[in-house]
Amino acid sequence: MREEKKEVIMRTALSLFAKKGFYSTTIADIAKEMGMSVGNMYNYFASKEALAKELLLYTSKKFGSEIKKINEQNITSKEKIEKIIELYFNMAVNEPEVVDYFMRVYLSNKEIFNNGCEGMLCVSAFVTEIMIFFEEGVRKKELKNQDFFVAFGLFMGYIGGIVFLNNDGVLPKPLTEYTKDVSENIYNALKA
Amino acid sequence: MHLKPKVIWIDAIGCNGCSHSFFNLPYLSTLLEKLDILYHPLLESDEFKIQESDILVIEGALKDIKKFDSNLLTIIEKLFVNTKRVIALGSCASFGGMFGEGLIFNKEKLGKFYPCKNKVINLPGCPIHPEWLGYIFDMLIENKPILLDEENRPKEIYSFVSHSGCIRNEYFDWKVDSDDFGSKEGCLFYNQGCQGPFTHSSCNKILWNEVSSKPRAGTPCFGCTERNFPKENLFKTDTMMGIPSKIPLGVTKRAYLTLAGIAKSLKNERLEKRLFEYEKTNNKNRG
Repeated sequence: MREEKKEVIMRTALSLFAKKGFYSTTIADIAKEMGMSVGNMYNYFASKEALAKELLLYTSKKFGSEIKKINEQNITSKEKIEKIIELYFNMAVNEPEVVDYFMRVYLSNKEIFNNGCEGMLCVSAFVTEIMIFFEEGVRKKELKNQDFFVAFGLFMGYIGGIVFLNNDGVLPKPLTEYTKDVSENIYNALKA
Repeated sequence: MHLKPKVIWIDAIGCNGCSHSFFNLPYLSTLLEKLDILYHPLLESDEFKIQESDILVIEGALKDIKKFDSNLLTIIEKLFVNTKRVIALGSCASFGGMFGEGLIFNKEKLGKFYPCKNKVINLPGCPIHPEWLGYIFDMLIENKPILLDEENRPKEIYSFVSHSGCIRNEYFDWKVDSDDFGSKEGCLFYNQGCQGPFTHSSCNKILWNEVSSKPRAGTPCFGCTERNFPKENLFKTDTMMGIPSKIPLGVTKRAYLTLAGIAKSLKNERLEKRLFEYEKTNNKNRG
């Protein structure tokens, strides 16, 4: 029960952060949206920073567990790339607040996460799956053996950038229509 | 009083490094008194001849070459059928190692003597630790059972990994790598090619010359007790997209990468810097 309630609070917080921004949203705003008292909210999250960290763990695990399912499929690295991008773009369309939180709150406000979410601490569920995807691709001789961060930056930077353009309303076509071309480019950059 | 076991020690294709290592056994003379050495290429013994023995030690790898006016493989076959136990001494005799084929295993394949594997005790190592052979001789002299693993290695020695007891384990735990060859600080697993976490041996449990081991002295473990020894580039860790291609035994890759990422993120400040620096001396100021 408690975990379910926490998850509802987190979903509510995510949508408020997406609408109003992280700094303009207060615990009181989230409590009001939930129909809860502010005091009761603090029973679940000791502070807005604590909530922010749990949200990061939550979104990272959510994305990580979906990539894990792709990793466990018996398909080529090329097909996996397309599936991961499809997953990310679909998430950006259907749950924009999740991707928005990751890009606009986590990546842009590192000071919130300095105490307890340094390095990979809160995003390891997701980064580990990308590592496994890369490593297995090289092992199967489908991907080029190169520095992890060079490949990771190319992969995540590119798809994050496209989602950013989409969120700003710049893209002429719906986001999901870019899946094939973006996947092709990433595969060409990573292939053995 | 029982009779001393009769030992024939034949050198196949190798460097005699295991013999030389064995000669450093602290209680060598006591042990040799308990054995009847019929032939050894380096110790004082009678001329070589095919005869019955209790223990046959084969040092070095198999190859179809001339030996004692006969053929090495023929000689070994004859000695093999006329003995009770065979010690495949060193990585060469156990798995092929540097020079040829092993007795019952030949790298990843099976060796010529695989059908007789019950007779064979594999003691891989390049070279073997003197205590390992000392232990086996003692067990055989006392007629005690020696538990073997699936590669016929004595469990008492090879259940451990060379990582067990390494003084760099603190650095391994916190993922602090050594950048310089031979430095006191840092783990050798990520950059320097150390194979300790997946190499079966007791090198860091029973030290070499009773004082040290490769990783303690700043050299990576070369994985010399394993079937695929030697790999190429012994001083370089094989990575795939920056991730070590072989991970410690007993954990999944996912579990290992998760733990490694977290340890690296948390940082151990004490281990991130050098333990101490020597003061630079200025010769001009010296009296």
